[in-house]
Amino acid sequence: MRPFTYERAVDAAGAVAAAARFDGGPARYLGGGTNLVDLMRLGVERPEHLIDVSRLALDCVEEVEGGGLRIGAAVRNSDLAAHPLVLSRYPVLAQALLQGASGQLRNLATVGGNLLQRTRCPYFQDVTKPCNKRRPGSGCPAVEGEHRNLAVIGHSPACVATHPSDMAVAMTALGATVSVQGPGGERTIGMPGLHRLPGDDPARDTVLEPAELITAVTLPPAAAGARSRYRKVRERASFAFALVSVAAVLRLDDEGRVGDCAIALGGLAHAPWRARRAEEALRGGPADEAAFARAAEAELAQARPLRDNAYKVGLARNVLERTLVELAR
Amino acid sequence: MSTGLPLPRVEARAKVTGAARYAVEHSADGVAYGWIVTSTVARGRIEAIDTAAALAAPEVVAVITHENAPRLQPVDDHELRVLQAPEVSYRGQIVGVVVAESLESAREAAALVRVDYAAEGHDVLLVRDHPKLYRPEKVNPNYPTDTSFGDFDGAFAAAEVRVDVTYTTPAFHNNPMEPHATLAVWDEDGLTLYESSQGAPTARAPVAKVLGLADERVRVVAEHVGGGFGSKGTPRPHAVLAAVAAQVTGRPVKLAVTRQQMFQITGYRTPTVQRMRLGADADGRLVAIGHDVQEQTSTVREFAEQTATPTRVMYAGANRRTTHLVAALDVPTPSWMRAPGECPGMYALESAMDELAVAAGIDPVALRVRNDPEVDPEEGVPFSSRNLVACLREGAARFGWDARDPRPSTRREGRWLVGSGVASSTYPARCRPAQAFARAEAGGRHFVVGIGATDIGTGARTVLTQVAAETLGVEPGQVTMMVGDSALPHAPVAGGSAGTASWGSAVQGACRALRAQLDASGGPSGTDTVEATYDTTEDLERQKELSRHAFGAQFVTLRVDVDSGEIRVDRLLGVFAAGRILNPRTARSQFIGGMTMGMAMALMEESVVDLEFGDYLNHDLAQYHVPVNADIPSIEAHWIDEEDPDVNPLGVKGIGEIGIVGTAAAVGNAFFHATGVRIRDLPLRPDRVLGALG
Repeated sequence: MRPFTYERAVDAAGAVAAAARFDGGPARYLGGGTNLVDLMRLGVERPEHLIDVSRLALDCVEEVEGGGLRIGAAVRNSDLAAHPLVLSRYPVLAQALLQGASGQLRNLATVGGNLLQRTRCPYFQDVTKPCNKRRPGSGCPAVEGEHRNLAVIGHSPACVATHPSDMAVAMTALGATVSVQGPGGERTIGMPGLHRLPGDDPARDTVLEPAELITAVTLPPAAAGARSRYRKVRERASFAFALVSVAAVLRLDDEGRVGDCAIALGGLAHAPWRARRAEEALRGGPADEAAFARAAEAELAQARPLRDNAYKVGLARNVLERTLVELAR
Repeated sequence: MSTGLPLPRVEARAKVTGAARYAVEHSADGVAYGWIVTSTVARGRIEAIDTAAALAAPEVVAVITHENAPRLQPVDDHELRVLQAPEVSYRGQIVGVVVAESLESAREAAALVRVDYAAEGHDVLLVRDHPKLYRPEKVNPNYPTDTSFGDFDGAFAAAEVRVDVTYTTPAFHNNPMEPHATLAVWDEDGLTLYESSQGAPTARAPVAKVLGLADERVRVVAEHVGGGFGSKGTPRPHAVLAAVAAQVTGRPVKLAVTRQQMFQITGYRTPTVQRMRLGADADGRLVAIGHDVQEQTSTVREFAEQTATPTRVMYAGANRRTTHLVAALDVPTPSWMRAPGECPGMYALESAMDELAVAAGIDPVALRVRNDPEVDPEEGVPFSSRNLVACLREGAARFGWDARDPRPSTRREGRWLVGSGVASSTYPARCRPAQAFARAEAGGRHFVVGIGATDIGTGARTVLTQVAAETLGVEPGQVTMMVGDSALPHAPVAGGSAGTASWGSAVQGACRALRAQLDASGGPSGTDTVEATYDTTEDLERQKELSRHAFGAQFVTLRVDVDSGEIRVDRLLGVFAAGRILNPRTARSQFIGGMTMGMAMALMEESVVDLEFGDYLNHDLAQYHVPVNADIPSIEAHWIDEEDPDVNPLGVKGIGEIGIVGTAAAVGNAFFHATGVRIRDLPLRPDRVLGALG
């Protein structure tokens, strides 16, 4: 990898100012480095400057007024997964974290870095091949090539990559809000909303502007009586990306009908996929297998599988139904 | 009695403390680092190479391409003739090497080398009945390509029960923990290669030849090797490249192949298309056995895997035919991978036997017992020993096989379908000529024994120490075993499960000779050493003509998730008859390792061809899946105590490879039992499982 310069930021404002000097382009924030450093070695990322944000005072998990949780961007994935408040109020998030990567990687990976990790599409990772995400305009060989593990929904002719994060799927289901600090000040971005679909600009994974730094993720208060779960299907029992995953939150009302629900799907799209249609189909309705099947169908009717990955649609349907059945039990 | 005891590895402490040094961990003054530049087209010709930017990069010592590389001599393995011509035969082929003061600089400069190609169309996918298929002259290592006995066509057509099915296996890549790596050092005596190799002595001659050196001017050191699986069985192009880089720069050069490049230049197992035809009478006795194999090789060098050869050994049946065809494609050259021939071939044969058991309504274990031959079915000679039936029966008893309901798709536990399966295994028990020395040090209380054998982590150093100690009648701690160096007496490669038998026989012979000398002379005096040497060549020439094989049986229980298509193996049990077991600790490790790898073959390993660009797409351990701890259930490895005085002087059969052989078929058979559906294309991926379950 090319030589780069390194500085350790002392606070978020300083980090942002440092990145702004590079107009965001050739500078990168360094958290745990579990994805960025790999990409540097592969030649995919070639930053001139690394700004180490791993030691900023952003490593706390604290309750906020009203019962929600504010998670610092520098919190390590392992610590977040084991946090008592996450375990008790947001089991879907703890489960998602523990099913991601491996123990060693989770010990190092930060929350901010997890959200911003990049696709593991093999074409993106191989600089000797075209990739519109890595080199805009060079093409997307996965469309006609090997795409068995890639997107079935929300993709475009320019890109059929999937987003790799498990944590992001759970946070999307929970309706998390991301706080960012940029040259223009602070703002918040909802989830879904942080990650974008490829459209004709797949180089942009997120809606972040140059030099914007994620400082925290805030989870809304957990609904009383709600249960949640994360289910991930993969090709080996650990250290593999999702073929399909489901993050679901379900609350039944006093009559056993669906009082409220939130569902996000992973492994299907360029962004964690919030299953709005399925949710609408479920709310107020019976909490039974037939209703869950109809809801899954309503969501997945949008799918446009490629030549070789139609199995993902059936798989997502099965896993979504099964997850809801088990939550309703 | 040292042999038979579970002696811990003699190098265990060195390994766990990090004191054991692997190839590029050795030191040399003035070391420079190499980084390989590989082709980005699958077929064509280099039209221009622009190295100016690379040469101008910081710390760069040299950039070597076909335009400035020294000329190399012709050798059988053309893969070793690196940087000799502008032609490109496969994507990932070596087209250059950058040498720099640091690894990071070498890597960065390598990315700056610009190669312009005149690319041509490529053909990289083996399909059934590919138009380029031809009959090779022989299959690895020297087996006849085809065999035929009786009237296969007539017998098959007339058989009461018939199975005619085709199985496919994808390309598989070896992934030893230690990448291929070389430290090349030239001095006035010639070239020394510190090489991650399965055979230091056998690597010497081809390297010397391609470099135009006399053998004695090349030394290969492989003191510690972090795995191989066959991919380090012969020298790879990177070793020659390191020597060339060191020669050109006049400095020692360290060159390690990256994990990604290991999917390009260090060999792999060919994909296979295997048509199995089995014909039997109503009682399940085979009357016709047919195994037709199609495989790929490269345009650089022919390698034809002997996939149908285990079918020549396994079961009785008067009418038989085995055939091989290969297609020369624009791919890297396939090579040895754990249990070449037996591993893919037995997957097909043992799967077909299971299908035959279902078709004939006979228990799969009983079917195999019923077809156990008295003599080698094609060679017609007796087996030195054959205990397949004992393995099947012992395995069935331990596994609880008799309680199994043979009807498929009958056991369900919630959302899981549960099934069990069995398969047989075999592997040749080879013994090759080797030499060793044994020396009593002054005082007669310490002994040094030396042989060029290479320990790739599986315990050769340890078992040879045990053989030496036992033969000398001393404690293992009194023996220092020297291995892994071409300067030591000649020994064959650590491969073909022939290492222990070959090396152990030589060590035993040398130690016997030394013991005889010591006894005759009354022992060494206080100041003298006594040394004896031994060569097993003549012993092997005098061996009886017998069929020599290890056998085994693997049993599997697994669950299939009907919603996700995921498969979880709950139990994996193997029983093996592999002669005398010299060290139960290291033996158990090898059986378990082999079975793990066989499970991986069935469920997850697969090198995916990128048709557009012509290479293997999933080229790292994040995307090429091998089992992680969470995938591995209880694995039970057992063996039959087998006394075989005719197999070789030590009575041992190799155990490095037989563990993998039947495991994939046992998994596939268990999957069929669980679901009622047969998937004949590996691996049993979730998408295939869901497709099969409907």
